[in-house]
Amino acid sequence: MPTLVQTISDSILGPGGLVLDDLEPLVSELSVGEVDFADLFFERAEAETFSLEDGEVKDASYYQDAGVGVRTCAGDKQGFAYSSEITAARIREARDVAIAIQDGRQSRHGVNLDQVSTPKLYVAKNPIPEKSATDKIAFLLDIDIKARAKSVLVRQVQATLSISYREILIAATDGTLGADVRPLVRLSVSVLAEKDGRRERGSSGLGGRYDLDRLLTVEHANRLVSEAVDQALVNLDSVDCPAGVMPVVLASGWPGVLLHEAVGHGLEGDFNRKGSSFYSGKVGQQVASKGVTVVDDGTMSDRRGSLNIDDEGHVSQRNVLIEDGILVGYMQDKLNARLMDVAPTGNGRRESYAHLPMPRMTNTFMEPGDATQEDMISSVDRGIFAVNFGGGQVDITSGQFVFAASEAYLIEKGKVTAPVKGATLIGHGPEVMSAISMIGDDLALDPGIGVCGKNGQSVPVGVGQPSLKIDRLTVGGTA
Amino acid sequence: MAEKFNSQYEKNRLEELTTRILEQSKHVGADACEVAASVSVGLDVQARLGQPEKLEMTRDQSLTITIFIGESRGSASTTDLSDGALQRTLVAALAIAKVTAPDPAAVLASRDQIIQTVPDLELDHPWEIDAKEALNLAIEVESFGRQADSRITNSEGGSVYSNRGISVHGTTEGLLVSQPTSVHGMSCILLAEDGDSRERSYAYTQSRRPNQLSSPEVVGREAAEKTVARLNPCKCQTAEVPVLFIPETASGLLSSFVSAISGGSLYRQSSYLLDRLGTDVFPSWVSLSENPLIPSAMGSSAYDGDGLATREQAFVTDGILSSYVLSLYSANRLGLESTHNAGGVRNLFLQGENDFRTLVSEMGRGLIVTELMGQGVNLVNGDYSRGASGFWVENGEIAYPVHEVTVASNLDRMLKQDLAAVGSDIDLRRSITTGSMLFEKMMVAGS
Repeated sequence: MPTLVQTISDSILGPGGLVLDDLEPLVSELSVGEVDFADLFFERAEAETFSLEDGEVKDASYYQDAGVGVRTCAGDKQGFAYSSEITAARIREARDVAIAIQDGRQSRHGVNLDQVSTPKLYVAKNPIPEKSATDKIAFLLDIDIKARAKSVLVRQVQATLSISYREILIAATDGTLGADVRPLVRLSVSVLAEKDGRRERGSSGLGGRYDLDRLLTVEHANRLVSEAVDQALVNLDSVDCPAGVMPVVLASGWPGVLLHEAVGHGLEGDFNRKGSSFYSGKVGQQVASKGVTVVDDGTMSDRRGSLNIDDEGHVSQRNVLIEDGILVGYMQDKLNARLMDVAPTGNGRRESYAHLPMPRMTNTFMEPGDATQEDMISSVDRGIFAVNFGGGQVDITSGQFVFAASEAYLIEKGKVTAPVKGATLIGHGPEVMSAISMIGDDLALDPGIGVCGKNGQSVPVGVGQPSLKIDRLTVGGTA
Repeated sequence: MAEKFNSQYEKNRLEELTTRILEQSKHVGADACEVAASVSVGLDVQARLGQPEKLEMTRDQSLTITIFIGESRGSASTTDLSDGALQRTLVAALAIAKVTAPDPAAVLASRDQIIQTVPDLELDHPWEIDAKEALNLAIEVESFGRQADSRITNSEGGSVYSNRGISVHGTTEGLLVSQPTSVHGMSCILLAEDGDSRERSYAYTQSRRPNQLSSPEVVGREAAEKTVARLNPCKCQTAEVPVLFIPETASGLLSSFVSAISGGSLYRQSSYLLDRLGTDVFPSWVSLSENPLIPSAMGSSAYDGDGLATREQAFVTDGILSSYVLSLYSANRLGLESTHNAGGVRNLFLQGENDFRTLVSEMGRGLIVTELMGQGVNLVNGDYSRGASGFWVENGEIAYPVHEVTVASNLDRMLKQDLAAVGSDIDLRRSITTGSMLFEKMMVAGS
């Protein structure tokens, strides 16, 4: 049986008249002068999207992309060019640009490529041709019917099925020769409900690196419809959210976007190598309450943020970032690991061949504790119970971060009472992590919908956490 | 840069591909077809702590084919412009058009609707700069910034970029237009430290004309000033106070307003400004108009995404919502006429008469918002709640920097009732151009 590298190189290199054996000489040509690392990143991607609106699927699109990125590194200096034509001539043109920033042209040494043995965390197949367009459309139409049947207040239903497939091949001067096949599917539902002239939205979604048989189930359709409609109906009755500092109880799962912003970005190797993160130089120090253990794990099977190998060909890992409140390590790509004299952690990721890799998160979550959500709520006299969130953002230098609640409730005298309008929560990473007073026993990962943006590059990620009680957080309401 | 991008050559190449695909579409059973193709070439360099850090050459191309069969349509895109890939893309678009439901609103602009002659808006200006010169400029901008203040202790670098591109748009209704554009810029991100306080900020310059970029000295010093000004911030008290948005943050409020009057939000009933045409949405002293035909401006374009000629027009007249922002598609959905805004508004202007200082002294006591964080804008009902940092104003003077607060209100109330004044200090680097905006009150949540 041919290896994965062989199969993928036939698929990606074949159309441009290249074969696997051409990679060693092409990579060797990058090893000149002061260049201490260089790589070729080949990619072939396709994606399909079907959108439901007004009870019909009128809009659908297909997208294909292929190309090669050529990078050289010398110290912290990177040269980069890419081409959407994968031919030897284009690779050499890109090479000339990529070495232009580096000193010296003397050929260094020939590179011997060695195949990385790739784990199998998810199915290595393309989900797009798995089902007919008619079946995909029928599934979305059923969601519309289900949502409208769920409540007469539902005015609009939108649902989107996104299916993508990516093959990557990496050859580097450190001898790395790796390939990965990455399916990624996602289903999302958004509804608009109206009552007495007031309109509110609710939404829900799920997905991961798996096939369509697993995604397009009746159970998933029912769950998403139910969550989206319930959220819209709850928001129809929401009252103004209070403003100011108060205790906040976060539900488990997607609210883990808190960790992504408050901790995750600040622990990415590039910011710490440059000393620009609030967490720079704090390894070994207490940065969160005792009992808080935060992990970034790219090895979870079928997860949206998982990778068999990262985009530099490094096998992905489970990396503990904070252990029992103590900062133990950063997330690294090869360049920053080399400059900080530590091992890469499998976090080198890039949006595509047309982007440079950076240290990025995979699936970031907090380990569970032993408290219950009921105990947390009953311990709050006046505060907020936040169940669902939109996105967040962080300033990694000051440590200031935000995340926006899309479904939240008041807690009054230990009881969950009225739903409140969506509000932004703001805090300072380490201060908020140190204000965690209770950690739930109910760890949950998000349903597979996260997208992380950094320096203009988007990559799929996962987040997760148990229910948490944070003693003090600023809530951006109007009341 | 200039020698790498031949806009005439790329125009001919993309127009030839477009014409060929439009022709082919007729032979494979399409009733109508639309092709949008673009190519862009760029140089992007970065220097940090006085040393070159990154040299990147970009070349992006893509082509999208939309096929119409009866009232159904399908679209497919590719970055590979080889014959084989284009053929596959055509087949993929066709396959989708065969399974999608009819959408009577989706029609191509007819021959009598499309732009007849495309005026030259002078949107493409080469920058004769090579990689080495660009790197030197990046080193220079960072160095001005680092030298400006002793509290600047670190840097994320200076960067310089230069991009040129061309887009071609053709349809089987006889449209075949193209527009070359350029964007050049320079920026600097600095870090400052004072005791335990660490802050970052940035400054940038951007223009279609390289000779209209600010100097590295101006950008570097501005980055340094903005960064040290943020040092040692406080959290202000939770209170309802006047809030002043500087042009950079005010522009986002106008973007949200534009989204709320855009066809897509309206036909989805997802706008707080549904059915508000002809009613007041701003104070009567505010008018809001776009001018897409200003030569060399960032937002300029001679035609919209449907191939209709753009025009100078008002959306808000004396505080009254006088026009929505509509494409052909959204206009058809709403039973209205297109406002020639497929792709959005272009060079939207809101300029007042007050200089920034006057606004600060007018507000007396309150918050100046210089930076916003997170999403926090709900267009369905106008609810607004975002993370903010900026400066506290006491007795009409800037007192101290503020961070980790939120500002909350409702967009409808803010723009219609609470907008007290607009500044003369417009920011021309953006397509949505506004002066500072002063609001009588917002809820600021702090300590």
